[in-house]
Amino acid sequence: MEDAKKHLESLSEIKELMERSTKFISLSGLSGVVAGVMALAGASLAYMRLQLYYGNTSMDVLRNSSGRIAGMNNLAKELFLIAVAVLVVSLLAGILLTLREAKKKGQNIWGKNSMLLLGNLLIPLITGGIFCLIMIYHGWFILLAPLTLIFYGLALISASKYTFVDVKYLGIGEIILGLVSAIYLGQGLLFWAMGFGVLHIVYGTLMHFKYNRN
Amino acid sequence: MIEGLNKIFESRIRLGIMSVLMVNDWVDFNTLKELLKVTDGNLASHISALEKNEFITIRKEFVGKKPKTSYAASKLGKQAFKKHLAALEKLLKGNM
Repeated sequence: MEDAKKHLESLSEIKELMERSTKFISLSGLSGVVAGVMALAGASLAYMRLQLYYGNTSMDVLRNSSGRIAGMNNLAKELFLIAVAVLVVSLLAGILLTLREAKKKGQNIWGKNSMLLLGNLLIPLITGGIFCLIMIYHGWFILLAPLTLIFYGLALISASKYTFVDVKYLGIGEIILGLVSAIYLGQGLLFWAMGFGVLHIVYGTLMHFKYNRN
Repeated sequence: MIEGLNKIFESRIRLGIMSVLMVNDWVDFNTLKELLKVTDGNLASHISALEKNEFITIRKEFVGKKPKTSYAASKLGKQAFKKHLAALEKLLKGNM
């Protein structure tokens, strides 16, 4: 019986080492929850502002009659600020919580695997970001929700090779939401809240209890 | 001696080194040290034991002016590791 316990320990040690040497496993589930809560707060705030200005929740109201961007009017500025605030707080929380997790797990945050993770995440993400900016330049706001969700989903799937496999499922969820939102154009805010808010909270909570507790 | 279990892998550190090398192409000394949380001397002695058995291959190169030594599992080493793992699993099944 003593031997069996020893063997079981060896096996789990082997598995742990293989995982730790090929994947960045210090992602924090809590940071997903923070990002999700921030996204929901941001979306509600944006919804209220839009209601107040136009009694309308479609992003298309930012277009004027000539179809071009109606300047950086106050509403656009406010929405932009909300988006930036959500992004900054989410990123900061993500970085801090991941640093803490890496310290706990004794994993190097600037190792080979975290670099591969970051590279594979950023390439589709930056491509999508630039593409969305071009859409804004053309005044096609209506496509922003599907595009951001789809590109974010693709980025997650591409990064998931270098971390928990669960990240892939989050990516698939984002892509499905993005495609559905392309059918229901004009409901972008709702889909954003679901994709960046609800999905992140669900995923983050699951991850926290699966990997980060103790 | 139970069949399949390899005496060389009785050491946790040697087993650890092989585990890492099974799933990575080339791993340098410092990365191994960090992953296994062992001292330089300790790691070096276990590496040389594995090397003597031709379970690993060694590559030395210069990064700038610093020498860097990397290791990979040899064909022989991979076979031995797989056999050892299968034996471990078999033993556990028999015991359950």
